[in-house]
Amino acid sequence: MEKRVTFKGWLLPMLLLAPQLIVSGVFFFYPAGEAVWQSLFIPDPFGLSMQYVGLGNFEYLFNDPYYRASFVTTAVFSTLVTLVSMIPALFLAVLADRLVKGAGTYRTLLIWPYAVAPAVAGVLWLFMFNTRIGVVAFYLNQMGYDWNHVLNEHEAMGLVVVASAWGRISYNFLFYFAALQAVPKSVIEAAAIDGARFWRRFFTIVLPLLSPTTFFLLVVNIVYAFFETFGVIHTITSGGPQQATTILVYKVYADGFVGQDLGSSAAQSVVLLVVVGFLTVLQFKFVEKRVHY
Amino acid sequence: MADMHNEPPPGMVEKRGSGLWLTHVLMIVGVLVIFFPIWLAFVASTHTQQEIAQAPMPVMPGSHLIQNYSDALFSGVNVPVATMLVNSLVMALGIALGKIAISLLSAFAIVYFRFPGRRFFFWMIFITLMLPVEVRIVPTYEVVAGFGMLNSYSGLILPLIASATATFLFRQFFLTVPDELAEAARVDGARPMRFFFDILLPMSRTNIAALFVILFIYGWNQYLWPLLITTNPEMNTIVMGLKQMFPSGDDIADWPVIMATSILAMIPPVIVVISMQKLFIRGLVDSEK
Repeated sequence: MEKRVTFKGWLLPMLLLAPQLIVSGVFFFYPAGEAVWQSLFIPDPFGLSMQYVGLGNFEYLFNDPYYRASFVTTAVFSTLVTLVSMIPALFLAVLADRLVKGAGTYRTLLIWPYAVAPAVAGVLWLFMFNTRIGVVAFYLNQMGYDWNHVLNEHEAMGLVVVASAWGRISYNFLFYFAALQAVPKSVIEAAAIDGARFWRRFFTIVLPLLSPTTFFLLVVNIVYAFFETFGVIHTITSGGPQQATTILVYKVYADGFVGQDLGSSAAQSVVLLVVVGFLTVLQFKFVEKRVHY
Repeated sequence: MADMHNEPPPGMVEKRGSGLWLTHVLMIVGVLVIFFPIWLAFVASTHTQQEIAQAPMPVMPGSHLIQNYSDALFSGVNVPVATMLVNSLVMALGIALGKIAISLLSAFAIVYFRFPGRRFFFWMIFITLMLPVEVRIVPTYEVVAGFGMLNSYSGLILPLIASATATFLFRQFFLTVPDELAEAARVDGARPMRFFFDILLPMSRTNIAALFVILFIYGWNQYLWPLLITTNPEMNTIVMGLKQMFPSGDDIADWPVIMATSILAMIPPVIVVISMQKLFIRGLVDSEK
C-alpha cells in the first residue's frame, strides 16, 4: 500500500530517519557485524592480537558437549514453558468466556503477573521454594518430599519453567479470551442443538477455530522462552546445577562476560542470530495466517 | 448476538445453575493460584526476619509494613531502593518515549515522502527486529564502553531505543489516514512538519498511548542490559538491583526488605497496566500484528 499524496524533497525525510538509523547502525548493526567478525578469530591469551581461525570457533562450539547440552536444555525449557503457560491460560479463558458477569473482574486480576518482570518473578518463586524458609518447600518436606532445587537438576528445571511461565499465563489468557469472544455463537448453538455436550463442542469446534491464535502464541512463547527468560534463570539458578538450566542466551552471557571467552561467545551470538532469524520468519508466516483468517 | 448471550434459551448453551457456579469456583481457584506468589511476597514484606525464618512463615500480613518499606526505600542493601526506583523510571520513560519519538519520525518519512533508498531503509529498520540485545551483548557492551556510557542513563536507554515494531505500527496507521488531509495541507501551503505536528500527531494519540503502556513495561522490566552496564550500585535499576540484594556466600538474605523491594518493583508497571487496561490490551494486540 502506498500513499498517493506525498511531500517533496529528500533532505527532510533523511533527517527524520536519521535518529532511528543512527541508533540502529551504532547499537544494532555494528555490534552484530562485530559478532560475526569476531566469531572467525581467536584472541591470544593477552588480548594483543587476533588469529584467524575460519569456522574453527563453530567447530569447537559444536564439539563442546556443554554447548550441545545447552541446545537440548533450551529445547526442553522452551517446550515446557510454552505448554505450562498456554494450557492453563486456555483453560482460564474458556472459563471466563462462559461467564456473562464478572469476566472483566477476573481479567483485571489475571493481568497482574504480566506486569511483573521475569527477574522479579524469579525472586518470588525462589522465595516460595527456598530450601531453608520457602513455604512450598516446607510443606513438600512435611509430605515427605525432600525439595532441593539447588542440587537436583530436574527440580531446578521445574522451578525455572514455572517461574517463567507464570507471567505468560496472563499474556496467553488475554489472547485466548479475545479469540474465544470472537467465535461465532451461532456455530456453538448449532452444535448444542445437535446435542453436543460442552467438552465435545470445545474439542471439535472451538479448539480448531482457535488454531490461528494457538499457532501464533506457540511461536511468540517460544521466542519469549528463548530470549526473555534470562532474568528468571539468573535469579533462581544461575544456570546450575551442573549447567542443567543453562539455556543458550544464558551461555552467551556466562561465556562472554563471566568466562571472557570472546571467540566462543561471538560464535554463539551468530548461532543465536540464525535462530532469531528463523523464528522471526516463522512468526511472520503465522501472523500472516492469523490476519487472513 | 449480545441478547442471546445474556438470556440463553433454556437447553441450548448451558450457562445456568450448577455449571455457572462451578465455573466461578474454578475461576476463583485459578486466580488465587496465580496470585499466590504476589500475596506471599506482600505478606513477607510485612513481617520481621525472625517471623519469616520460622518455617512455615505466616500467611497473613504482620505489623512491620511501614518499617520494612522505609528500610528498603531509604537504606536498602547496596543502595536505597528509592534511588533504584528513580533509575528505573528514567530508563522506562526514556525507552518508551524515545522509541515512540524516533518511530513516529521514521514512519512519517517512509509513508509521506518518496526518496532514494526509502525501501532499503525500511528493510534496515525491519531487520533490527532480528537483533535482540541478548544476541549481541558483548559487542554492544564494547560499543557502549567505548563511548564512555557505562553507568549512565544514555547507556541504559540508547542501545534499546531502535524499534521496528513501533515504526511498523505507525506506518500502518499513517497509511489509513485519508489522503485528503495531506492534500488539503499541501494546498494550504503547510510545510510537512506542520502537517505532522498539527494533524498527524493529534490523530495518533490513541496509538501512542497504547504503545506507551507496552513499551513502558518493556523498559521497566529490562534485566540483562542494566546488569551488564551498571556496575555502580547508584545506577542500578530496581528490577536488576533486586538480585544484587542477595548476599553472596552463606549469609542469610534480608527477606523482608527484599520482598518489600520486589513489591515496589512491580507496583509501577502494575498501575500502568491496570489503570490503562483497555489501551494495554489494544497495544498488546497491535504490537504483535
